[in-house]
Amino acid sequence: MNLTLKKPSVLPGFGPTLGYTIFYLSLIVLIPLSATFLKSTLFTWDQFWSAVTAPRVLASYRLSFGAALIGALINAFFGLLVAWVLVRYRFPGKRLIDALVDLPFALPTAVAGIALTAVYSTHGWIGSVIEPWGIKVAFTPLGVIVALTFIGLPFVVRTVQPVLEDLEAEAEEAAASLGASRLQTFWKVILPALWPALLTGFSLAFARAIGEYGSVIFIAGNMPMVSEITPLLIITKLEQYDYAGATSIAVVMLVVSFLLLLIINGLQWWSSHRYGR
Amino acid sequence: MITITASHYNTKVAHSRAIAEPAWIRWLLIASALGFLGLFLFVPLAAVFTEALRKGIAVYLAAFKEPDALSAIWLTFTAAAIAVPLNLVFGVSAAWAIAKFDFKGKSVLITLIDLPFAVSPVIAGLVYVLIFGLQGWFGGWLSSHDYKVLFAVPGIVLATVFVTFPFVARELIPLMQAQGKEEEEAAIVLGASGWQMFWRVTLPNIKWGLLYGVILTNARAMGEFGAVSVVSGHIRGMTNTLPLHVEILYNEYNYVAAFACASLLAFLALVTLALKSLVEWQAARAVTTNE
Repeated sequence: MNLTLKKPSVLPGFGPTLGYTIFYLSLIVLIPLSATFLKSTLFTWDQFWSAVTAPRVLASYRLSFGAALIGALINAFFGLLVAWVLVRYRFPGKRLIDALVDLPFALPTAVAGIALTAVYSTHGWIGSVIEPWGIKVAFTPLGVIVALTFIGLPFVVRTVQPVLEDLEAEAEEAAASLGASRLQTFWKVILPALWPALLTGFSLAFARAIGEYGSVIFIAGNMPMVSEITPLLIITKLEQYDYAGATSIAVVMLVVSFLLLLIINGLQWWSSHRYGR
Repeated sequence: MITITASHYNTKVAHSRAIAEPAWIRWLLIASALGFLGLFLFVPLAAVFTEALRKGIAVYLAAFKEPDALSAIWLTFTAAAIAVPLNLVFGVSAAWAIAKFDFKGKSVLITLIDLPFAVSPVIAGLVYVLIFGLQGWFGGWLSSHDYKVLFAVPGIVLATVFVTFPFVARELIPLMQAQGKEEEEAAIVLGASGWQMFWRVTLPNIKWGLLYGVILTNARAMGEFGAVSVVSGHIRGMTNTLPLHVEILYNEYNYVAAFACASLLAFLALVTLALKSLVEWQAARAVTTNE
């Protein structure tokens, strides 16, 4: 271990723990992921480009990114609302509901997928109610949005909630005593303080939704060009032994995911430095 | 991230009438929030159990007597039983190095540990296909030695380890950073060995965070679908985990059995949430008694 890399400390175990961390990280994550990039260098540029820009692939990007964006926006709005209600108000069953918000983290995605399909299909509890208005959710792109909203639901709530709890009531009282209405206080005092957390939660929900597979494939109908998400297309190519195609699309998705991860880290750094959390 | 609900805040706000909303707005906001959660969470959750019990309890229970279902349950628990301890050891080790020492490249290391969260589960499966598949780096060697990773249990375990990789480390790093290193330094200066310090000082301090991380890891390990689906090959009774078994039954229009197996997973998810709340509550209590 290069000791000049670290500041001196009396605590033991730096070398072995850091060494094991890097070894295990390389073995499980870094080497396998770099294998994907190395594999993609075996194809010519034309092969790669035609694989990632085929019309069916482009349609799947539009659906995956579009539905993920809409789902994350829905979650930003309602996540803020849920966090607000859970922090500020008292109502019966609040603690139970607070605990259940994490359900999309704990529930296997396949279970979520078949449950949402059952509820939103034309015979389901909600699907049969909205069908007379001509709204079909299951087996349409709308179903993809529903599934991606479900799996991203806890992110905004859980990032906004602690910030809202730490907000000092004094600032709001000052605003009120200076004559601000409640709505003005919300826009000018509360929302600016929540902004970094809200944006972080939104990006987390968006990033998670782009790669989501299990909950979507049951409700989407999976029609090429219409309701086929990009992760499903990777699996389809793999099942046809089109390794070049599958790997090329995966590389595109990986690059997008890495960029999002950098943005999220930047946002978290911003919020922690701005608000001392 | 153990979030401690600050219930004192509510009382503080309630006392200050200047910054409280009128009652009708309050109830409107509560109703909209609950309506949203109802449409997206509660109704689908209720549907799992209703669909499972649609044809009565006898048909429901019969779904679990299938040998394929039993072997799927067994494989699901096996994969979790291997993945959770591996990531537990890694999480503690990574958190110790990152939280207690200052070294160059620390933030890069933290970002790299987060990588599996950013990667689509399908791609997590794909990377192992590219390495261990017949076209892959080790594919030829493996098949000539008659050892199977892909479409076999080792592949499923690897994919599970990958998707649950960051959970324990992510819980422990902020917790151990917040706790500082004074207590451990005191133990070492007073003559404790490294292991004595770990068992008597560090572990008692991090036990709730550790348990929380293990609960999350276990839940994800048992429920993983996308990554496992790519590497499993869906061989009934051999390489099917419970979530994959649900998919197969569903695609065969065997809805009652599919929802019966799904209800078992949903039940495990609810147990996970209950344990998680319990751990949060215990951790919050530990914080208040220390103060």
